[in-house]
Amino acid sequence: MKHVAETKEISGQSPNYLVAKFQDLVNWAVNSSRANSLWPMPFGTACCAIEFMATAASRFDFARFGMERQAFSPRQADVLICAGRLPFKLAPVIRRIYDQMPQPKWVISMGACASTGGVFDNYAMVQGIDTIVPVDVYVPGCPPRPEGLLYGILLLHKKIKGESLFDAVKRREEQPLDDKGLRLPPETIDEISEPFGNSVHQFRSS
Amino acid sequence: MTSSSPVPGALRTEVARDGETIVFVAADRLLEAMTWLKETPGQEFDYLVDVTAVEFRDRERPLEVVYFLRSLKRRADIRIKVELPATAELAVDSVWGLWRGADWLEREVFDMFGIKFDGHPDMKRILLPDGWKGHPLRKDYGILQQDNEWVQINLGIESGQ
Repeated sequence: MKHVAETKEISGQSPNYLVAKFQDLVNWAVNSSRANSLWPMPFGTACCAIEFMATAASRFDFARFGMERQAFSPRQADVLICAGRLPFKLAPVIRRIYDQMPQPKWVISMGACASTGGVFDNYAMVQGIDTIVPVDVYVPGCPPRPEGLLYGILLLHKKIKGESLFDAVKRREEQPLDDKGLRLPPETIDEISEPFGNSVHQFRSS
Repeated sequence: MTSSSPVPGALRTEVARDGETIVFVAADRLLEAMTWLKETPGQEFDYLVDVTAVEFRDRERPLEVVYFLRSLKRRADIRIKVELPATAELAVDSVWGLWRGADWLEREVFDMFGIKFDGHPDMKRILLPDGWKGHPLRKDYGILQQDNEWVQINLGIESGQ
């Protein structure tokens, strides 16, 4: 209760109530609840997913930190854990999963490949998932040990507990795909792309 | 498999370092040779282990499409190679009609090298996204090269790098 402004003692009674700012009280109550009952959405693509499973299993058991239920549906998840490398073909998938998660939502980038591309600096691989989705915590390692992931989760707890519900700047604008499944307007796409296929009239955006 | 076997369309024969026979076959007689290898008694190469391709650092050398065959019955292996000059169109007959397993193998070779397999039922990319440009295992495709256009359109970011 670091936000407690003062305690008062009324004569003849024990100090059985506290005075604090309403905002601090709400922040404390809501953020503690959020931080201590995170539901992870595992996005395991490589060996990091094995360490993630070890973290979830009984020996390390991240249910101790409130991650009791792993949500294999983005609609019921708070934190997306990308465990492993991300090829370009999967990048639209993780973006869509992120878009489908309700706010507030956080992302943990687990391992060297998810954070930077790692050793896979080649034609097929996204060089860091933060080019696709915003990332809150990066866990280094190749792959990180379960202790490392747990430390990352605890850092995320710390971050969540420090957030303010009353700061509108921290709210994220949603950038969903349009009805054609494109993120850029069609004119922009036609501008940066060349005609393809058999016809010079066939464009990528159509 | 003996090196003196009269594979139809055989141009020359080599023996690999591990003792396996490599037969170079003319591109236009590949199907004939493969059919012969599969169906002739005493050959019976009933299992297509792998299809792959090689492009050499020496640009003068032709590309090679390599077929690894095995006879499960005779416990014998053979390698068939087809040379394709890089200047001409890179196309060779599909062996999908002989071994159904060639389907995905040939698609992977097409994806990585851009070699087309005539007669394949579904000649498209298998690993990279459909709209991707270029074939990454070709020597003229840089190690760090990416299809930035695809990345910009489909991911809405400037570059994947």
